[in-house]
Amino acid sequence: MMESSRRNFLKIAGLSVLGIGSGAVVGSRARGASKAFSPNPEALTAKRWAMVVDLRAGCPDGCKECIEVCHRIHNVPKIDNPKEEVKWIWTDFYEHAFPGMESRYTEEFVEEALQGSPVILLCNHCDNPPCVRVCPTKATFRRKDGIVMMDYHRCIGCRFCMAGCPFGARSLNWTDPRRYLKPEEVTPDYPTRTRGVVEKCNFCAERLAVGKIPACVEICRKVAEKAGTEPVLHFGDVEDADSEVREMIRAHHTIRRKSHLGTMPQVYYIL
Amino acid sequence: MIEKALVGSRRYWGWVALLLVLMGIGFLFYLRQLSYGLGITGMSRDVSWGLYIAQFTFLVGVAASAVMLVLPYYLHNYKVFGRITILGEFLAVASVLMCLTFIIVDLGRPDRAFNVLLYPSPNSILFWDMIVLNGYLFLNILVGWTVLGAERKGVKPPKWVKPFIYISIPWAISIHTVTAFIYAGLPGRSFWLTAIMAPRFLSSAFASGPALLILACFILRKFTRFDPGREAIQTLAKIVTYAMAISIFFVLMELFTAFYSKVPEHVYHFKYLFVGLDGHTTLVPWWWAFMVLSVLSLILLFNPKTRNNDAILGVACAAVFISLWIEKGLGLVVTGFIPNPLDRVFEYSPTWPEVLITLGVWSMGFLVMTILYKVAVSVKEEGAGEAAH
Ligand code: SF4
Ligand code: SF4
Repeated sequence: MMESSRRNFLKIAGLSVLGIGSGAVVGSRARGASKAFSPNPEALTAKRWAMVVDLRAGCPDGCKECIEVCHRIHNVPKIDNPKEEVKWIWTDFYEHAFPGMESRYTEEFVEEALQGSPVILLCNHCDNPPCVRVCPTKATFRRKDGIVMMDYHRCIGCRFCMAGCPFGARSLNWTDPRRYLKPEEVTPDYPTRTRGVVEKCNFCAERLAVGKIPACVEICRKVAEKAGTEPVLHFGDVEDADSEVREMIRAHHTIRRKSHLGTMPQVYYIL
Repeated sequence: MIEKALVGSRRYWGWVALLLVLMGIGFLFYLRQLSYGLGITGMSRDVSWGLYIAQFTFLVGVAASAVMLVLPYYLHNYKVFGRITILGEFLAVASVLMCLTFIIVDLGRPDRAFNVLLYPSPNSILFWDMIVLNGYLFLNILVGWTVLGAERKGVKPPKWVKPFIYISIPWAISIHTVTAFIYAGLPGRSFWLTAIMAPRFLSSAFASGPALLILACFILRKFTRFDPGREAIQTLAKIVTYAMAISIFFVLMELFTAFYSKVPEHVYHFKYLFVGLDGHTTLVPWWWAFMVLSVLSLILLFNPKTRNNDAILGVACAAVFISLWIEKGLGLVVTGFIPNPLDRVFEYSPTWPEVLITLGVWSMGFLVMTILYKVAVSVKEEGAGEAAH
C-alpha cells in the first residue's frame, strides 16, 4: 500500500515536471490520480520541512543512536571500507563540518561549546538543490514540502548528483548492498537497494506519511529525556511561524553549512 | 565501400587482431564489473568519477580534429586540407564513439541508460551532452561517408550535404562547451567552477585532436601509398602549436587566480597537483610530467627548425597528446574531488580491471578508426592510381 502510494506520488511528480509546458492536460491527469489515492489522514505535512541541530545541547557520551536507528530502519548497509561506505547521517569534527570557519583560536571554543561531540551531518534538503538540477533522469527530485528524494528505480548511477552535492551527502552502492545486510535484520517497511544506484537521507518521508517524525529526531528526544538533557535534533515546518524550529531560529543565531553557495540548506545549526 | 576494410596486408590484420584481443579482455572485465558493480574500480564515495570519465572528457577534445580541418577547407577554401579532411572526420567518429562508450561503462545501472531519453531533463547538462555528442557522431558519419562515396565515383559531393557540413562547425564547438559545463556549473567544486572552463576545453581540444591526426598521417604515409601532403601537415602543426600555447596560457591564468587570491578552496586543488596535500601525492608525478611535456612540446613546435623535421614533429605531437591526456583527463577530473567537500583527502588510483576496461574501449575506438581509415585510404589510393594512368 505504501509502496503504491509512493510510486503514484513519483508519477505525479514526474508528470508535473513534464507538464510545465503543457499544463492543462497533465494537470487534469495528476488531479485524477490524486483522487484515486487519498493520503493517510494521519500524515504529517508541512510547507517546508527543516531541521535544527542544537549543538549546545551536546550528545551524551558517545551516543550514536540517531545514526544507528536511521541506518537500521532504512536498510543502510554497514560497510567498513570507507571507499564504499553508505551513510545517510553521520558525524564529523567542526572544522570538517564547516570548513573555512575554523581559526587557530576557535578550537577551545569548539571544545567547550560542543563538549567534545562532533557535528551531526546529513542531507540538507536544500531549497535550491544542485543534485536535483544536475540529475539527467529526475531520479532525484524535490517535493513540494522541500524534501529532496531519490527514486531508486530510476537512478542510472551516473553520479552527477554526487559531484553536484557540496556536502558529501550522497552515496553510491558500489557493490550489492544486500550482501552487507543480514536477512534477519532487514526491515521490510523500507526497500533495500541494488548495486549501482545512489541514496541519501530522505527526512524519513515514509514515516511522515504515516504520522511519525523522523526516526533520528524521535530517538534523540528519548535519549535526552532519559539523560535529563535537551535534545540535539529538532524537526518541523519552518514556514509555520509558530513551529518549534522557527522559534529556535528566531531566538538564536544559526549557521548553515556552506550557505554562501546558495543551495539554501534547510538544516540549521546552533552553536 | 566497407568491403575495402576486408582486404589488407598481414600487418593490417595483425593490428586488427591485437585490437580485438584487447577489446575482448576489456569486455570480459566489463562483464565482471556488471555483475560485481563499480566497486571493482578505484572510485569511491569521495572521488566518484575516475579514469572512465577522465577518458570521456579528454576524448571529447580529440573529436575536435574534424572541425580544425573542416573549417579551413570549407569556409576558407583551404584546398590543402582537401585530402585529409575525411581523416579528421573519421577520427572524430572514433573519438565520439569512445566518449559514449566511456559514459555507458561508467554508469552504475547501464541497463537503465535509456531513462535519460524516457525522462528528458533539460536542466541537466548530461542530457544536453547526450544530444550534442550523438549529433556530432551522426554529422561526421554522414558527411564523411557521403563525401568519400562521391570521391570514389569521381563526382562532386551532393549539394544536400553542404548544410550538414556547415552545421558541423558550430556543433563541434558545442560538444566542448557542453562538456565543460558538466564541470563548470557545480557549486562547491571550486577546481571546476571557472568561467574559462569551456575556453580551456576548446583550446586543448584544438591541440590534442590535430596532434593525433598528424601522428595518424605519419603512420598512413609510412604504411600506405597515401600521402597527406607536406603543407597540410605543417599547417596542422601550426594549429597544434598555437592551440597548445593558448591552452597552457589558460592553465597559467588559473594558477594566478588561485595563488594570488589565496582563497583556500582554489589553492588546495592546485597544491594537491604540484606538491600533494596532507602527504597525499599520487597525482604529483603525473602533473609534473604534464608540465615538462607541455613545455617541451611548445619548444619543439615553436622552433621552425624542429617543427619542420617530421621525426621531431612526431615527438612534439606525442608530447602534446600525452600531456593533455594528463591535464584534461586525470588532472582535471580527479583533482576536482580532492579534497572532498568535508575538506578531507581521499585519493584515487585506478584498479587493474578498470585499466583493462579502459584499454578495451580505446581498442574499440582504434579499431573503428582503423577500419574507417582503411576505407578512406583505399578510396584515395584508387583515385591516385587512376589519375596516374
Ligand atoms: S545536501 Fe546535497 S544531496 Fe542534500 S539536497 Fe543539498 S545538494 Fe542535494
Ligand atoms: S546517480 Fe542517479 S540520482 Fe544521481 S544524478 Fe545520476 S541518475 Fe540522478
